[in-house]
Amino acid sequence: MIPVKFDYLAPTSVEEAVSALGEHGDEAKIMAGGQSLLPVLRMRLNAPEVVIDLGGISSLRGIRDDGDAIVIGAMTTHHDVRDHELVHQHALLLSKAAAEVADAQIRHRGTFGGALAHADPAGDLGAPALALGAQFVIAGAAGTRTVEAADFFVDLFETAIGEDEILTEVRVPKHTGWGAHYEKFVRVAHQWPIVAVAATVRGSIDEARVGLTNMGSTPLRASATEEALAGASATEDGVRAAAELAAEGTSPPSDLNGAADYRQHLARVLTGRAVLKAAGA
Amino acid sequence: MTATQDRPAAEIGKDRRRKEDQRLITGRTRWTDNITLPGMLHLAMVRSPFAHAAIASVDVEAAKASPNVVAVLSGKDFGDELGVCINAWPITPDQKTPTHSPMPADRVAFAGEVVAVVVARSAAEARDAAELVDVEYDELPAAIGIKNALKDEVLAHPDLGTNKSALWVFDSAEAGTGSDVEAAIEEARTNGILIEREYRQQRLIPAFMEPRSVVVDPTGEQITMWSATQIPHILRFALAATTGVPESKIRVIAPDVGGGFGGKLQTTPEEWIAWAVARRLSRPVKYTETRSESLMAAHHGRDQVQTLTLAADKDGKVTGFKVHLDADLGAYIAVVGGGVPVLGAFMFNAIYKFPAYRFECQTVLTNTTFTDAYRGAGRPEATYAIERIMDELAAEVGVDPLEIRERNWITHEEFPFMTVAGLEYDTGNYEAATRLAKESFGYDALRAEQKERRDRGDRVQLGIGVSTFTEMCGLAPSRVLGSLDYGAGGWEHASVRMLATGKVEIVTGASAHGQGHETAFSQIVADRLGVPFEDVEVLHGDTQIAHKGLDTYGSRSLVVGGEALVRAVDKVIDKAKHLAAHLLEASEDDLEYNDGRFTVAGTDQGIAIQELSTAAFAAHSYPEDMEPSLDAEATYDPVNFNYPHGTHLCAMEVDTETGAVKMRKYTCCDDIGVIINPLIVAGQVHGGLVQGIAQALWEEAVHDEAGTLVSGSFVDYLLPTAADTISFDVVHTDDPSVCTTNTLGTKGVGEAGTIASTPAVVNAVVDAVRHLGIDDIQMPCTPERVWRAIQGSKAGGATETPPDAAPHFADGEANSAGADGALNQDEGAGQ
Repeated sequence: MIPVKFDYLAPTSVEEAVSALGEHGDEAKIMAGGQSLLPVLRMRLNAPEVVIDLGGISSLRGIRDDGDAIVIGAMTTHHDVRDHELVHQHALLLSKAAAEVADAQIRHRGTFGGALAHADPAGDLGAPALALGAQFVIAGAAGTRTVEAADFFVDLFETAIGEDEILTEVRVPKHTGWGAHYEKFVRVAHQWPIVAVAATVRGSIDEARVGLTNMGSTPLRASATEEALAGASATEDGVRAAAELAAEGTSPPSDLNGAADYRQHLARVLTGRAVLKAAGA
Repeated sequence: MTATQDRPAAEIGKDRRRKEDQRLITGRTRWTDNITLPGMLHLAMVRSPFAHAAIASVDVEAAKASPNVVAVLSGKDFGDELGVCINAWPITPDQKTPTHSPMPADRVAFAGEVVAVVVARSAAEARDAAELVDVEYDELPAAIGIKNALKDEVLAHPDLGTNKSALWVFDSAEAGTGSDVEAAIEEARTNGILIEREYRQQRLIPAFMEPRSVVVDPTGEQITMWSATQIPHILRFALAATTGVPESKIRVIAPDVGGGFGGKLQTTPEEWIAWAVARRLSRPVKYTETRSESLMAAHHGRDQVQTLTLAADKDGKVTGFKVHLDADLGAYIAVVGGGVPVLGAFMFNAIYKFPAYRFECQTVLTNTTFTDAYRGAGRPEATYAIERIMDELAAEVGVDPLEIRERNWITHEEFPFMTVAGLEYDTGNYEAATRLAKESFGYDALRAEQKERRDRGDRVQLGIGVSTFTEMCGLAPSRVLGSLDYGAGGWEHASVRMLATGKVEIVTGASAHGQGHETAFSQIVADRLGVPFEDVEVLHGDTQIAHKGLDTYGSRSLVVGGEALVRAVDKVIDKAKHLAAHLLEASEDDLEYNDGRFTVAGTDQGIAIQELSTAAFAAHSYPEDMEPSLDAEATYDPVNFNYPHGTHLCAMEVDTETGAVKMRKYTCCDDIGVIINPLIVAGQVHGGLVQGIAQALWEEAVHDEAGTLVSGSFVDYLLPTAADTISFDVVHTDDPSVCTTNTLGTKGVGEAGTIASTPAVVNAVVDAVRHLGIDDIQMPCTPERVWRAIQGSKAGGATETPPDAAPHFADGEANSAGADGALNQDEGAGQ
């Protein structure tokens, strides 16, 4: 498996990276951990002329407290997201989802921002980021801008990040003390989820946020379920009734792992389970 | 001069860690791809993206102009020197066999077939240039799927006029081994129980860890080929037979080989192309496939539709069994392609006393990757069919599945037993293995829990699956293989070299590719010859060193190759005795041989085998009637197969809401005769179980209707890892039924786990939901299939799942073609 020849740039600052992107345009690809990009290159499904590796930009790594939000650097690994105290306290759902990404080797290499920018609808982090109302900080030649999660995911492998821009950090509003669970349905452990449900709840149940993985061309919110859950009690029957609404408005893919109607069924079942576990019921 | 170590306790039965593991696990060894020769060139293949197409033109100019490209050759650039890929096992005299050119010039018959080769100074340059080869195809309709192909509406090879290659039949009434199966069926129809089923053996991919790799060096007097193959000797023979090079001018080396599972029991187009290119250019060349190429173009396994009719009396005693197989050969009949399903002919009756039996195997050509041996080869398919349908019989009669087996199996007093398929089982004790397995499994407690969960209507139901398997292994015997029209014998060869320093080299014609021969064979020689384990070196896989051999497959290395080794060692001891008598000035009759030392009975006089080796080397004093050498060799051809058996019990939990299945417990009690190295046996059993379980639950090679392999990467072809399996409960009978046809009493174990486990798992899944009215779920038992079966929409039937790959590795498009001619998965998908 030998990729097509490419030039390799390793900028040490965001400015340098943005300027390299500006210079090479759509001939360049950003590498942010490489766990999705390298297989694509090795299988020759894509052949960029330049690969810009963000691995050398130390300011993109790390998690910090910023008042009403925590801020996760785009190049923070899944492993570090999973284990970070701030994430545990204020965005437990992200920790739960990060723990389920692929396998240990990939979690130590792959990055939070890289996965979100790749925007595979079967990726594990989009649904939790959407559910938590994350904000995406994107840097370009003209400076930085912030995009709401609802506007960030545009389509299959497509985000609001422009061709000459880089995702630098993700601001996650604090959900301190919220219960959380990421229910991932796979046939083998290292697989992408066939369907997964990211649920986080305040109290039992005052408020609920539910994100769906692989139920459309982007991560989705199960809004009808969220509304039905607000103020509901965390009983099995009550939660399951709300979860029956989870597949509304979804358009999941059909592939070797399941047809669309089966995925919609799974979304309903898994939503019930995820919410009950998040509520500690 | 002798510098040997003290001999420890008996080796056979000892948990020796494998001496080969350090180098194999670290990879610091001679894998074929690690071999680099001076001036070596690298090959990249250009493969057809179409399952069936005429080759209109091949434009190689741009590729030739690419940096450091030495040559670009397509099929029309070669003549007879390219040779052909052979089918060594035509199963009937009138078998329709398409010509299999390693690189066809006119028409491709499966997606992945090689149409051109690029030769460059580096592998990267060859790969880059391969993308510049412009092939124009005129697409032809493709015959995809067994049932479609049988209609003969679209032909895989239009010149053959049909997709039906051969029909092979065994009938117990005609063979005189039993009565007429049709009479039994008629009787059962009116007076007994008749069970008719169609089971699907999905297509699998062997998926060995080391991709195939070949190096050819034409610069010496002999042309040398290194290949990641299971069969260096057969490969050498086939090269000589098809390329016009004398066998004596060919040296084939299988260096360390990283797994095969039958997938490297092949003579491949890529080997033949590398051979022809090296000869054409008079330069060493290397070709190593990518994983994508491996999944697409290395041979696949299984792929059968099994139509079964089981007749029984009202008590569940089987009166007849009729089997019709339709087996997908793919586009060509590979080296033993047609023979693999035929091997099943002898195994559908399994451990049972069936009075009547008929077996038919219709082989079918399609425009897909050719199929051939995969771990178990013919026997897993047979075992699956019989063990699944015995569970159906038990359900029909309303008794425990173990009870129905006991009513039909051969009891231990009845051995040796001539089966309805015409084999003589020498030994076995199904009662003992079953008793022990049941006990260790906690059978009664799990049945009680199953009942409790059913009564409670629990969301998670429990099922228990049984598989009481046997198999024929140790392929051999040559006369039997001859009677089946197989193109070679089944003997094995070994030689023993007694070195001057007292060390021992043994040479085996078996060709290990991960099995642990070096360790197990050293243990055998250590005990038999009385030398330290560490003093034994095992040589194999190089036709100039191991000049005779028939290689490794069919659980044959220990039971055939090990016996050849024992016989060679015994000849060494005989020679040594003669020399010892001479040197000790004693009569041979007074000599005793123990722990590597001859002693004169009743005296303290003696001489060690190592001293005798040195004495034979010096040759200063030896008998007149003896050559100064202790070396010996032996060729062994067994008179029978051997018949390992066992009882496998599996408990599966089924989530009735999602269809997800989860293994709860797996116990197996295998009777494999005498065990040389329990650690190696445990490895074989554990690995074998996982491969069989994977067929039941995970693996399936799927082509779309255009003939594109949809499960073309490990994203979609699901191999399990340790994270997906549980800790197995592996036990063996204390008092095994020892094989009577070899000295060591061993039986094969390499395939046992794979053969036995698949039906145990599926039986357990079906058992968990049988009370919901389900009697079959197609393999692999995906959550979706289980869920749909429970929904009743398609109980036991084909899946509704479209053959699409998940798009994780393409930016926006489902595995779409790049400029390199990669397969376009969109074509024909979404049926």
